[in-house]
Amino acid sequence: MEILSILIPVSLILGGFGLVAFIWAMKTKQFDDPTGDANRILMKDWDDKPKP
Amino acid sequence: MTIAGPIQQEFEVEQPGMAACPACVVTPSAVALAAGAEAHARLMLSLPTAHCAACISTVEQAVQAVPGVDSVRVNLTMKRVSVEASPDVTAPQLIEVLNGVGYEAHELDPGLLSATETDRQGRELLMRLGVAFFSMMNVMLLSVAVWSGAEGATRDMFHWISGMIAIPTVIFAGQPFFKSAWAALRVGRLGMDVPISLALILASSISLFETIKSGHHAYFDAAVMLCFFLLLGRYLDHRTRAVARSAAEELAALEVPRAVVLVDGEEVVRPISEVIAGDLVRVRPGGRMPVDGVVTDGASEVDRSLLTGESLPVFAGVGTVVSAGEVNLTGPLVLRVTAAGRDSSLHRMADLVAVAESAKTKYTTLAERAASWYSPLVHLMSFSAFGFWMWKTGGDVRFAVNISAAVLIITCPCALGLAVPAVVTAASGKLFRKGLLIKHGTALERLSQVDTVVFDKTGTLTMGAPEPTNFADHPRAAIEVAAALAAGSSHPLAVALADAARAQGIAAAEVGDLHEVPGYGVAGVWKGQVVRLGRAAWCGAEPLDVTATYLSAGGSSRAFAFADRIRPGAESAIAALKAQGKHIRLISGDAEGAVANLAARLGIEDWIAGALPAEKVALVRELTGAGRKVLMVGDGLNDTAALAAAHVSISPATALDAARTASDIVLLGQDMAPIGDATRIARQATRRMIENFGISAAYNVIAVPLALVGSATPLAAALAMSLSSITVSLNALRLK
Repeated sequence: MEILSILIPVSLILGGFGLVAFIWAMKTKQFDDPTGDANRILMKDWDDKPKP
Repeated sequence: MTIAGPIQQEFEVEQPGMAACPACVVTPSAVALAAGAEAHARLMLSLPTAHCAACISTVEQAVQAVPGVDSVRVNLTMKRVSVEASPDVTAPQLIEVLNGVGYEAHELDPGLLSATETDRQGRELLMRLGVAFFSMMNVMLLSVAVWSGAEGATRDMFHWISGMIAIPTVIFAGQPFFKSAWAALRVGRLGMDVPISLALILASSISLFETIKSGHHAYFDAAVMLCFFLLLGRYLDHRTRAVARSAAEELAALEVPRAVVLVDGEEVVRPISEVIAGDLVRVRPGGRMPVDGVVTDGASEVDRSLLTGESLPVFAGVGTVVSAGEVNLTGPLVLRVTAAGRDSSLHRMADLVAVAESAKTKYTTLAERAASWYSPLVHLMSFSAFGFWMWKTGGDVRFAVNISAAVLIITCPCALGLAVPAVVTAASGKLFRKGLLIKHGTALERLSQVDTVVFDKTGTLTMGAPEPTNFADHPRAAIEVAAALAAGSSHPLAVALADAARAQGIAAAEVGDLHEVPGYGVAGVWKGQVVRLGRAAWCGAEPLDVTATYLSAGGSSRAFAFADRIRPGAESAIAALKAQGKHIRLISGDAEGAVANLAARLGIEDWIAGALPAEKVALVRELTGAGRKVLMVGDGLNDTAALAAAHVSISPATALDAARTASDIVLLGQDMAPIGDATRIARQATRRMIENFGISAAYNVIAVPLALVGSATPLAAALAMSLSSITVSLNALRLK
C-alpha cells in the first residue's frame, strides 16, 4: 500500500498540470474561435513554411 | 431553467460593468475618422456566408492583397473578419473586394462589438467548469477505490484527500449558485438555486463530519459532480444567450451610426448621438436618413418602404419632411435636423418595443413551470425525511441529517438543469447554421406553439429590389435607349432596368450628353433628339398605378413597369408552413395591385393591402384575441408594433434596427426558406425538453424512495446523477 503515497500525489500533480494548461488556454483566449481553428488545420496556405 | 431568472439579473447587472470600460466604448475607427491621423484603424466586417477552410483562405488572401492592410483574421465562429489597416483603407472598399471574391460582407461598428470579445462572465463560468471537472475526475478516482472496498485507514485517508480537493472546489465553483440562491432568498423566492445550494453545502459539510468521525459514507464526489453538471447546464445556457447577445450587438453595429454634419460649409463626420436639432446634415444618394428633418437643399427621391411599406419612391425637394430610416435615392440632400437621437421617430419606436419586451418576459417557460412545483416538493421531501427519521430513531440527528442530505443530493436537478439548455443549444446551433438567429431565450418555445403566420410584403417577402415586368411590350430600340439612359443613374429602378437589359443581351444605344436631374430622372441626346427616362410628369406620360419609370423619345412616351423581386426561398418557406397546417396571411402597407399580384404568385389567399401600422397591430391583436398564436414576419418601422405584439416574431437582417430589436428571431441571410425549418425544429425541440423532464423525473422516481428509506449510497447517487445527465444530453442531440 506504500505505493499509494507516490501514486496519489503523482495523479494529483498530473491532473494539476492539466488544470494549469486549461487556465493558460482560457487566459490567452484559445477558445475564441473553435470553428475557425478546426478549419484552419485543413488550409494548405502555410504548409511549407510558418506564417511570418 | 429558473436558472434563467437569476442569470438574467446578472446580465442586467453586468451591463453597466461593460460600459464601465471606457477604452472599449471609444470607437477606434470613429476616433480614427475624427483624428484622421491614426496609424492603424481596426475594421470589422460581418461575413454571414463564410463557412469553411477555403472561405478563410480566400477572404484572408483577398483582403491581405489590398494595399494598406497590415493584418487580417477571420473568426469563423462569429462569422467576422477583423482587419488592421492604415486609415485610408475604408470598409466599403473592403466590402467591394469581398463581394468580388463572392462573399457578402457588412461593415460593423467595432466600438459596439468590443463588449462581446471580453465575455468575462462566460470565461469565468468556463473556468469554474474546468476546475469542477478536474476535481470531479480526481475525487471520482478516490471514490471508486472506496466503493470497491477500501477499509479503515485507507478509506479515511481517501476521504480526507477527497475533502481537500472537493471543499475548495465547491466553494469556488459553486459561487454562481450561492449568489443567485441568496438573491432569491432575499426577495423571498424559492428558485431552483436554493435546493442546489442547500444540497452542495449539506453534502460537503455532512461528508466532512463523517470523515472526521471515520464514517462509511462521504458524498464529496456527489457534491463535485453536482457542481460540474449544473455548471455545464449553466454554461450552455450562458453561451446560447451570449451568442444571441453578441449577434444582437452585431446587428446594432451593422448600422454605423454616423452623420455628415455641415459646420460652416465643412463636412464633419459625427456620431449621431452628438447631432442636435438645428444642425445641417448632408445625406448622399444611397444613404439612410440618420435623423428626422426638413430638406433645405437639393432634390431627390426617397424610399419610404421601411417606414410605410410603400414600394414607390417619393419625390423630396426643399421643404419636404423626412424621417430617420428613409433612404435617399438619387440626389444629395441637405437636411435641417428637427429631431435626432432619442427624439427621432425611429427611436420613439423603442418605447413601444420596451413595452412588448416586458410582456414577453412574462411568458413562463417550461423550465420555470417545472421548477415552480419542483423546488417546494424537494424541500418538503427532504424535511419530512428528516422529521420522520428523527422520530423513528428517537433523535439520531446524524442519521436523520444523512438521509435528508441524500434525498437532496439525489433529487438535485442535475438532469433538470441540463434538460432545457442542452436542447436549446442543440436547436439554436442547428438554426444558426441554417441562417436563423434566436435572439430571445424563450423564442423557441413560443415558436413551437405558432398556428398563424402573418407576413409583411415589402422587404420581407420581397427583396425591395425591383424587376422590370413588361420588357416584351417594348421595341428593341426603345429598350436600347432606356438602357443607355438608365446606366447614367444609380436609382434602383434605373439599375434594375440596366441589369435586365444586360441579362437579355441588349446592348445600350449611343446616347450623348447624359445627365441626371435629381428627383426627376436622366436626360440625354439620342440621334439628335432629347430623350428622357424618369418620372411620369417629367416625361409627359400618364402615370400607371404600378411602380414604373417612363421613357420619352421622339415625342412619344412609354412605361417600363416593375415588380418587386420575391425573396429567394419565400415560396418554399410558405409551402413548408402550409404543409405544417399553419394559416398564412399577408398584410402590407403597399397598394392593392402590387399586393394582390404577390399574393397570387405565392399562393396566399388571405391578404390585406394599404394597411396602416395601427391596422397591422390590430390584426395581430385580433388574431391573438381569437386564441391564435401569431408568428409575425416583418422588416419595416410600420411592422415594429405588430412584431412586438405577436406571440413570436422574425425579421430579416436588412430590417431597420427598431424592427430587429422588436423581433425574437433574425433571418441572417437573404434566403427565407429556413423559416419553414425553424417552426419544425422548434416543435421538435419543445418535445425533447418535455422528454428530458420525463427522463429526469423517471430517475428520481427510482432513486428517491431508496434515499427516503435510507438505503441510498454515494454510489447510487453518483450513478443516478451521471446517468440521468448523460441521457438527457444525448436526447437533446437527437434533434434533426
